[in-house]
Amino acid sequence: MMTTMLKVLGRGVLGLAGAGMMAAVAAAPAAADESTGARIDWGPYKVGDVRSGYTYAGAQTRAMQDDEFQNPAFLWLERGMDIWDTVEGEAGKACADCHGDAEESMAGVATRYPIYFEDWGKLMNIEQRINWCRETQMRAEPFAWESDDLLGITAFVKNQSKGMAVDVAIDGPAAPFFEMGKDFYQTRRGQLDLACTHCHVDNPGNLIRAEILSQGQVNGFPTYRLKWQTVGSLHRRFRGCNKNIRAEPFPYGSDEYVNLELYTSWRGNGLPVESPSVRK
Amino acid sequence: MNRFGYTTLTVAAALAAAVWTAPARAADSDVSYEVVDGYTIREPLTDTPGDPVMGRKWAINRKLGNCLSCHQMPIPEEQFHGETGPALYGVADVYDEGELRLRIVDPKVLNPHSMMPSFYKVEGLNRVMKGFQDKPILSAQQVEDIVAYMMTLRDTSKKSQ
Ligand code: HEC
Ligand code: HEC
Repeated sequence: MMTTMLKVLGRGVLGLAGAGMMAAVAAAPAAADESTGARIDWGPYKVGDVRSGYTYAGAQTRAMQDDEFQNPAFLWLERGMDIWDTVEGEAGKACADCHGDAEESMAGVATRYPIYFEDWGKLMNIEQRINWCRETQMRAEPFAWESDDLLGITAFVKNQSKGMAVDVAIDGPAAPFFEMGKDFYQTRRGQLDLACTHCHVDNPGNLIRAEILSQGQVNGFPTYRLKWQTVGSLHRRFRGCNKNIRAEPFPYGSDEYVNLELYTSWRGNGLPVESPSVRK
Repeated sequence: MNRFGYTTLTVAAALAAAVWTAPARAADSDVSYEVVDGYTIREPLTDTPGDPVMGRKWAINRKLGNCLSCHQMPIPEEQFHGETGPALYGVADVYDEGELRLRIVDPKVLNPHSMMPSFYKVEGLNRVMKGFQDKPILSAQQVEDIVAYMMTLRDTSKKSQ
């Protein structure tokens, strides 16, 4: 148990990107006094004007994310770590049988997804890749969306890229899907007739009732959300934002949401992968 | 007089009843309104005069006006007033009743890019959630109540610095 935690601990801070960045991260909480209005050095969590949801979160929420022993999402990471080594399906294989040590084989993977997947002729995100592996490589049942298994293995895979800069490709065959995602982002919907842009482009930093709006960056998913009292996927968040404006949500893993995932990931290119983050 | 924009809101009586079910204040089924010169709705939507006390309640209620999610208002008992729209202290010193009515019914007539929802409009919406389709956010009477409440917001000095 302890060794497990320690292995995970290595990915707990944004340590992969070098000592300079670590110093900046370590310095952030000390400087984080919003009331003074002083400029805060957010370290890697802010790249130009692009700011992770971390920089809008309260000090307590940030501390919870930073401390592996407090971050409740680490329970899901451990589940993911177990799944990695567990044989399932008719092919008699575990993830590890094909991919070996996740620390090596999965490092950087999360920075590139969603990708264009030739066989499908459309995009594929990490959850879909995991289930594709289960179905075609392991001949096992796919994990259900929002199951602790899918959240756990997704968090575990993404955590292997912790601290690495998001860098999704939007050119070539991905371009039309990127355009559809961008279109979605800018389209008003729901009874309240709002687009994502109204909240996350025009109003980050402003209160909307009791919530401080962020840029709606996606680099921390799956995230442990205090309101949910559990870890949730990015598509759960998309559905929540749709429902809040009384718009009919799209299904988990729908083309619409995967295209939106590519667009929103691109908006955050350069931010470090933060999974699993903690949010209010 | 230059009149552009004449909008008729037709809502089946049954649906309107589901939106607003308090007995004394139904009669919202088919209310048309007229936007004059693109900046005001002079005529009230209902015959019953707006009630500012009720209007204040609708403005707070998260399922109805929820105006506090975006605006700061002189409602000290409620924590967390939103900041995405302008503060509404003293707003009746700036706009008259008809102008305020249009701003609640359909602010996009004034600013097509507005973030503010149109509280009494059902056309032209996209992918409205089941259960909310073809219903305005507020009933016509609730709009009048909120207008009446807005008209009490006169003292800009309440906007303490
Ligand atoms: C009415 C306002 C509103 C609209 C419109 C809206 N959101 Fe949000 N969104 C919020 C609030 C409030 C939160 C929680 C605080 C925050 O991180 O901004 C949030 C959070 C998020 C987050 C999580 C950010 C993090 O760091 O964990 C993502 C991602 C997101 N929104 C994406 C979207 C997308 C995509 C759309 C359009 C489909 C959208 N939102 C539309 C209000 C909105
Ligand atoms: C989702 C955000 C949002 C909500 C909810 C909202 N408003 Fe607004 N409101 C705005 C914005 C933004 C403006 C600035 C003008 C514009 O963009 O249309 C505005 C402008 C106004 C104005 C004009 C103020 C001025 O100084 O020019 C009034 C009056 C007003 N709103 C009243 C209301 C009332 C009453 C409600 C609730 C029934 C409400 N608003 C709900 C966002 C909102």
